[in-house]
Amino acid sequence: MLARIGLDEAEVPALAKELNTIIGFVEQLSEVDTEGVKPFTSPVENKMRWREDVVADGGYAEHVLANAPDKDDEYFAVPKVVE
Amino acid sequence: MSKLTDLNLAQARDGLVSKAFSAAELTQSHIERVEASDALNAYVLKTPEKAMDMAKASDEKISNGTAGPLEGLPIGVKDLFCTKGVRTTASSKILGEFIPPYESTVTQNLWNDGAVLLGKLNNDEFAMGSSNETSCFGPVNNPYQGANGENLVPGGSSGGSSAAVAARLGVAATATDTGGSIRQPAAFTGTVGLKPTYGRCSRWGVVAFASSLDQAGPITQTVRDAAIMLGSMASFDKRDSTSVERDVPNYEAALTGNIKGLRVGIPKEYRVDTMPAEIEALWQQGIDWLKDAGAEIVDVSLPHTKYALPAYYIIAPAEASSNLARYDGVRYGARQTGVDIDDMYSNTRAAGFGDEVKRRIMVGTYALSAGYYDAYYIKALQVRRLIAEDFDRAYEKCDVLLTPTTPSAAFAVGKQVEDPLEMYLNDVFTVTVNLAGLPGLSVPAGLDANGLPLGLQLIGKAFGEEELLRVGEVLETAAGFTTRPKQWWSA
Repeated sequence: MLARIGLDEAEVPALAKELNTIIGFVEQLSEVDTEGVKPFTSPVENKMRWREDVVADGGYAEHVLANAPDKDDEYFAVPKVVE
Repeated sequence: MSKLTDLNLAQARDGLVSKAFSAAELTQSHIERVEASDALNAYVLKTPEKAMDMAKASDEKISNGTAGPLEGLPIGVKDLFCTKGVRTTASSKILGEFIPPYESTVTQNLWNDGAVLLGKLNNDEFAMGSSNETSCFGPVNNPYQGANGENLVPGGSSGGSSAAVAARLGVAATATDTGGSIRQPAAFTGTVGLKPTYGRCSRWGVVAFASSLDQAGPITQTVRDAAIMLGSMASFDKRDSTSVERDVPNYEAALTGNIKGLRVGIPKEYRVDTMPAEIEALWQQGIDWLKDAGAEIVDVSLPHTKYALPAYYIIAPAEASSNLARYDGVRYGARQTGVDIDDMYSNTRAAGFGDEVKRRIMVGTYALSAGYYDAYYIKALQVRRLIAEDFDRAYEKCDVLLTPTTPSAAFAVGKQVEDPLEMYLNDVFTVTVNLAGLPGLSVPAGLDANGLPLGLQLIGKAFGEEELLRVGEVLETAAGFTTRPKQWWSA
């Protein structure tokens, strides 16, 4: 559900088995003593860089929309969301 | 003179500089070779007209003295790099006929330096795989075949890149490496694969798989060629927040051939029980070669090695599930219809993603979900730090590490598809390097009993590419790997 990938009922048993195998494999991490270890989120400990608060790019809606499956004027078009 | 497609990148460069042939001639011979390579399925898009236009422009620059370092050199680009006006798919159906309105920083750097685009290269879908079999364009065949003429995988995810370089369908190729996707395919095809330090090459415009692990690098015929390619691919880029602001050295100048007194670490945990004897023997041979060249061999320990793959198979899917949330059929790609917008999303993603990508997205969303976040995701990040600290401790005793690149030679197409876990084990020697953000280099070092290439991996310190390439060249010279695949794919 979180993944938002539609599944046929018929696909579920095989997929569940594969996912269980993978989850079973990663379970071995529980053997490792990680008490007090700081999580490692990135090999690069950059501080986020600041830049001038000005428009740096943009102004070409036609490029942004060029690959849209459906569009209307300068907007992406999607199935109706609000009744 | 030998065929122009027999030249490696440095030889082709030197021939262009000395005007032995033109960029148009060099590119034309590669185009013809690419045209005759469909049985390999390495190229998913060929751009011969663009290539000839670029080559002619290069010839003008060469004649008026404004040539760049890669002027007129025809290369292939993994279909994970966005190329402006040229279809980019990540080998996934979900991107449909996506035509990027912008150019990735790495490829822009290459074009600025004069390189010529031959086309886009096949890869595992969204770079998720170790055999190039998850591509929506179908598998790539390794230019090397099995003993009975059976087709073998070229490794993955950069299987189109490795096959193209081994088959001389371009003087070099770009690739990306998240868990071994440059080094493992290089090892399977007798080519050189360099994964730079995380932050060395910009990720801007490269289709994201796992952002804290992804890094672009070259696959080439020689270590020197890898040094030349990296010099152009690497740059600081303010559009990538993890790009590191650091000058790009002259990597080629680092290839002095002198490694006297260099300390080479041998990590004992890489001596796994299931390792074939010939890989064990090749590793020992590599140790002897470096010792003969004046290096000092040091035993080191990386105690958390066995937890690298389990940590990777939480972190990479978690990041992938987040990165791939953008493929919803709204702004680009192949949309499926639905009764409402949620149904449209689900149908689009069901039809657009292949099985391996779906598996990883589901594992990732599970590991990141509220009840399991600490137990899986945070735990994996903690283990990742322990793995990185293992390297820090090892580098107190040595300068580089030497290991095998892979636990086996190339295997048959279709052999491992059924078992995701067996496929994951291909990356057992390479994945630690991504977790720690270090540079790694695979050098072709020998053949197995069936005549298939095997690679040795060198692992460097962060931003230690010069030293890494220097040792790599010494290893390459000692190994003297000159084998070429039999050309079965065309007359």
